[in-house]
Amino acid sequence: MLLVPCPNCGPRNSSDLHYVGEAQARPNPSEATPTEWREYLYMEDNPAGWLRENWYCRSGCRQFFTLERHTGSNEFRNPPMPGNKVGGKA
Amino acid sequence: MASKPPRYSAAGLLTKGARGQTWPRVWREVPLQKKYDVVIIGGGVHGLATAYYLATNHGITNVAVLDKAYLGSGGSGRNTAIVRSNYLTPEGVAFYDRSLTLYNSMAVDLNMNVMFSERGHLTLAHNDSALRTMHWRAEVNKLQDIDSSVIDPNEIKKLVPSLDTSNESRYPILGALYHPPGGIIRHDAVVWGYARGADHRGVEMHQKTEVLDILVEGGDGPDGKGPGGKVTGVRTSRGDISAPIVVNCTAGWATLISDMAGVKLPISTRPLQAAVTEPVKVFLPAVVVSGSLHVYVSQTDRGELVFGAAVDPYNNYNIRGSLDFTEGLAGHVLELMPGLSRMRLLRQWAGLCDMTPDYSPVMGFTPVEGFLCDVGWGTYGFKAGPVAGETMAECIATNSTPKLIEAFKLERFAAGNLVGEKGAAAVGH
Repeated sequence: MLLVPCPNCGPRNSSDLHYVGEAQARPNPSEATPTEWREYLYMEDNPAGWLRENWYCRSGCRQFFTLERHTGSNEFRNPPMPGNKVGGKA
Repeated sequence: MASKPPRYSAAGLLTKGARGQTWPRVWREVPLQKKYDVVIIGGGVHGLATAYYLATNHGITNVAVLDKAYLGSGGSGRNTAIVRSNYLTPEGVAFYDRSLTLYNSMAVDLNMNVMFSERGHLTLAHNDSALRTMHWRAEVNKLQDIDSSVIDPNEIKKLVPSLDTSNESRYPILGALYHPPGGIIRHDAVVWGYARGADHRGVEMHQKTEVLDILVEGGDGPDGKGPGGKVTGVRTSRGDISAPIVVNCTAGWATLISDMAGVKLPISTRPLQAAVTEPVKVFLPAVVVSGSLHVYVSQTDRGELVFGAAVDPYNNYNIRGSLDFTEGLAGHVLELMPGLSRMRLLRQWAGLCDMTPDYSPVMGFTPVEGFLCDVGWGTYGFKAGPVAGETMAECIATNSTPKLIEAFKLERFAAGNLVGEKGAAAVGH
């Protein structure tokens, strides 16, 4: 089981959270074309290495946050610690 | 066209054994050349089938299949070997039905015993919405002459007596989609059969040959890669190869290879875990699948029960197993068959799946000329291997997209024309 460092609840089992997916920049809604939206919706970087990703703490604080994880070793880089701002650095 | 590869015979086995003769290699090991007409990256069932059909159906034999490990080391040797064609969309049904036809005649075509066992395939429904989807699938299937129907718990009990079809269980079984042509096959034999067949017709297989870069000229991106470019060859761990056509058949590693050509794919890599029990007497006559419980079970000819589950819930290139998976899987199997409570697991493994947003593959041409993809096969790649190879070979030889894979083009994502197979492919294997 992967231990996910929730910035509010501390390390939690990944089954307590929902994996949202890769953290990508959202297009500007007032300017984006349908093609740009679809690129944002469907295309993935899918690196074998460090990946910025969004999680949702569904059984705990019910907050969304961004973490950086290595997709080979499953190690989290600079995970935020409880008490810090959501998505902030440790 | 060259003849079929030679047959294996009991008489040959006996004479060779008695005389102490050496066994011929199943496929040749030849030096890597500097130039090929087609380079296929990935020596699994998809890559090898593409090479085999290029040589057999189109006479293109100056082909190299490259694999960074050994043939069949990825998903082709890690899947649960289930084949079926009872999908949800008309495109999906037509496609997988062709694959099942090719699997049916494979032993004769390749002169290789692939141990295809057409034992029937049951997809269980535990709630109303699942039952509704089963009816939907059955009707779509019947329209395309696929043997597929919804049966009630009494009929299920007759087919598979070991299933708990009572109302007492936590998730009572309300019905099932029964697909008699579905079954299991020996996946390693399929890989070896295609490799042997392709080799017999002059295709070269190069194992332990890793592709480090794809050489592209004239593209929009940095280094001349990306859309608008043209492939000139590949750089491997054993030197450069020039080739006008490069095919990506690398499943879980698909985006790493396509990044080398500057092509972005809608694919995320997730491991899928499976497990096998100790062998017991044969008692399970069909393949049993439960979407709601995220589990599928079949019994091999050796008597081992093969279990598979859904993909892991987050992107990963790591194929180590996890205890929560094994625990959940065992629990779900016991929900279906409480009589197995004293069975012991023998081993557990995982394979990488290339998941797409619509649970359908990405096949054919890309914005880079000469760079083709046969990826995005997620958890259903093995059962599509033969037809994917056949259509990709046609795509390469005729330089046009065959009708059967028209719906699976990469452009569908930019255009928003997705092929939603989640209802029939998400777990159902």
